[in-house]
Amino acid sequence: MAEFILRRILQALLVLFVMTVLVFFGIHVIGNPVDLFASSECTKACLDEIMVNLGLDRPVWQQYLIFLGNLAEGDLGRSFTHGVPAMSLIWERFPATLELAVAALVIALVIGLPLGFYAGLRPDSWISKAIMGLSMIGFSVPIFWIGLIMILTFSVKLGWLPAIGRGDLVTVFGVRVSFLTVDGLRHLAMPAFTLSLLMMSMVIRLTRAGLREVMTSDYIRFARANGVPEYRVLGWHAMKNLLIPIVTVLGMEFGGVIAFAVVTESIFSWPGVGKMLIDAISVLDRPLIVAYLIFVVTMFVLLNLVIDILYSLLDPRVRLGAGAV
Amino acid sequence: MNRLGFAIVATLALTGAQGALAQDVLTIGVRSEAATLDPHWTQLSADLQLQEHIFEHLVDLDSASQPSPGLAVSWAPINDTTWEFKLREGVTWHDGEAFNADDVIYSFDRLKAGIEGATASPAFQLAKGGKAWTKIDDYTVHITTEGPYPTMAEDLAMIPIVAEHVVPGKTPSVDFNSGAAAIGTGPFVYKEFSPGNRIVVAKNPNWWGGDPGWDEVVFRPVGEDSARLAALLNGDVDLIDYPPTVDLPQLEADDRFRVSSIASDRLIYMMPSYRHNEPYITANDGSPMPNPLRDWRVRKALSLAINREAIRDRIMGGASQPTRNIVPPGFFGYVEDLEPDAYDPEAAKALLAEAGYGDGFRMTIHGPNDRYINDARIVEAVAQFWTQIGITTEVDTMPRAVFFSDLIRGGADSFPGFDSPKFSMSLTGWGTVAGEATYTVSGILETYNAATGGGNGNFGRYSNPSVDAKSVLAKQTIDRPARLALLQDATRWAMDDYALIPLHFQVNKWAMKAGLEHMPRTNERTLATEIKRVD
Repeated sequence: MAEFILRRILQALLVLFVMTVLVFFGIHVIGNPVDLFASSECTKACLDEIMVNLGLDRPVWQQYLIFLGNLAEGDLGRSFTHGVPAMSLIWERFPATLELAVAALVIALVIGLPLGFYAGLRPDSWISKAIMGLSMIGFSVPIFWIGLIMILTFSVKLGWLPAIGRGDLVTVFGVRVSFLTVDGLRHLAMPAFTLSLLMMSMVIRLTRAGLREVMTSDYIRFARANGVPEYRVLGWHAMKNLLIPIVTVLGMEFGGVIAFAVVTESIFSWPGVGKMLIDAISVLDRPLIVAYLIFVVTMFVLLNLVIDILYSLLDPRVRLGAGAV
Repeated sequence: MNRLGFAIVATLALTGAQGALAQDVLTIGVRSEAATLDPHWTQLSADLQLQEHIFEHLVDLDSASQPSPGLAVSWAPINDTTWEFKLREGVTWHDGEAFNADDVIYSFDRLKAGIEGATASPAFQLAKGGKAWTKIDDYTVHITTEGPYPTMAEDLAMIPIVAEHVVPGKTPSVDFNSGAAAIGTGPFVYKEFSPGNRIVVAKNPNWWGGDPGWDEVVFRPVGEDSARLAALLNGDVDLIDYPPTVDLPQLEADDRFRVSSIASDRLIYMMPSYRHNEPYITANDGSPMPNPLRDWRVRKALSLAINREAIRDRIMGGASQPTRNIVPPGFFGYVEDLEPDAYDPEAAKALLAEAGYGDGFRMTIHGPNDRYINDARIVEAVAQFWTQIGITTEVDTMPRAVFFSDLIRGGADSFPGFDSPKFSMSLTGWGTVAGEATYTVSGILETYNAATGGGNGNFGRYSNPSVDAKSVLAKQTIDRPARLALLQDATRWAMDDYALIPLHFQVNKWAMKAGLEHMPRTNERTLATEIKRVD
């Protein structure tokens, strides 16, 4: 186990290194941020001064080496626009995104699992067909449209829910969260549900497919023959095997949801990191973009590690060890 | 998808809005949020707009961008190269300390010394004309320049004044965002800065300008146009900037909402490039040809071929003002008798034929797609107008992050120290921030000259010695009538030559609940002191 984790960390470092090279050099091809920041009245001399001030007058490879040097000291640079260390901006906003993503995950599981179970157990009933049809819609209808329709219905037409922003915050273990206040929940409801739709559809389809396969297998038949009660057959024996694909897919998807909740955050003006990334890209705030991508890659690597460990707990056949990478 | 969203929001939603204004709290939904409260850090208008609630300048700009007394009560040239500014007495900082000339000197010095890491400080305004400053007494400051310098007040309207007893030793930007250094003299006091969610300022009861009108003002960033409108409709916010143009007619017709509007200082125009050969212009068979845009008749034909009224009505939702001027009405330098070209495709074709291009040619035109209101759609419309007179025009629009760098120095013949544009004809804009045309004429009509700063927005490299002479002289003429004549002459000459092809001034719009009254500003800023309750 320890060797496995160590090896994973080495791999992660390599991935990070390759990523910084790609991002750093890629972003320098796009355009010059100073052209966006500077006033139109800023003359050539004024532009040059800004370039020097930001260190952009140096050749790219030199800038990269300086960046690596700072990175080694744990400094990811300062945002051009905010003038604040990039990591502090990310940490400031990350709780909002994480909260949104976790809420979406919970909604996806709480609604998706029972619906998937039902559809798996009674595949021919019209309710099941309706569920599967809805899950298809969840896959195919753009989030942007769903978000707008929800705003239109629940905040403009009915006036039940606020259309923008995050609600009242309370501090729990030093993190500011909104899901513990009524106002916070009201703000959270629509964006979380919108964001959960894709995951929910996936949970429904995976649960149904998995259940149908598992229910025909021998061990379920033996369990039933042994007189194990039905709720235990479904809720324990079938569930254990069902969860493996669901954990895999949700694990991957969850990282994606956190990293790219951009669309949902934009529609609902949710103050998360995704929205910050879009703002940063539109004004070429290079340090912030690079810092964010490093953050995301690190997060993905960690998530994958967690998934692998969860696997070994769910499926005794999976052993984490030297050969398991 | 976006457009569908707008349409739905506009048509269905107007029936469901409700909610009363909260007591003396004003909530404003803004398109872009302020990233820093350090007024010397950037020149992004979202930042400046918010900072202006907290910090002030020696010279204010009124809603038509004309200079008016701010922290200085009066100013006048005392000789050819010296301006005297008399400061306002009895002004206090938000922490109770008195304001005086030391704060002014400190603010200028801070900018001149440079702020490490700052992306675009207004220091260049101090560098213009080689300004130097001295304190004469606690309420008098002298500013000297290398030569006669007419636009001193306009320049200083761009320099925010920070507190000498607060800022030294503080970390730029960081300590302003936390509130520690965000101590100004303005109508509102820092209260909360929660990035991405809200920025709150509270009334400064001791403001020299009187009652700011609101106990508290909340700025909420809502970048998505349709979401911003929805937030207004359901009462989350009281007022929004940049309402989506497609929804303007419905909003204006609905008596539960009001729309305020004013022509902005932002000129939108097509900028031709003047090289002998242009990469994006070819003959009809695709072979290279000498640049036809160098012939003024071709440029005039292109201008006559554009139906500016149609762009205003069909694309801009009425929010544009067709023009042939470079500064809006009311600005110093506006030329009354320069009428926008009327749409006349026949005359355009005749001119093309006269210039020897009766069979047309091929051209690709460029523009940003996220910078100006409806920019990409305007470029597409212009291309269609031009195709109709026989110039086969293709369109390539891109994000501003890519566009502006290419526009300025993307040309294949660029090298460090020599900027050449990539495009042959592109849509761009120019905002005249200071309410007068001196630096607009100099910026977009004068021949490019890196040493003097002339033509630093003239990326197409138009060059006309007669215009240059007037422009250079205007920059040194303090006498207002004489300067006005110079600026108007320069504008008239350049426009008669079609140095560029003006389309329109954007019209700024704000939408708010009935019960609010807003005095709109030419420079696009939303200031809480200019919003009043009338119910």
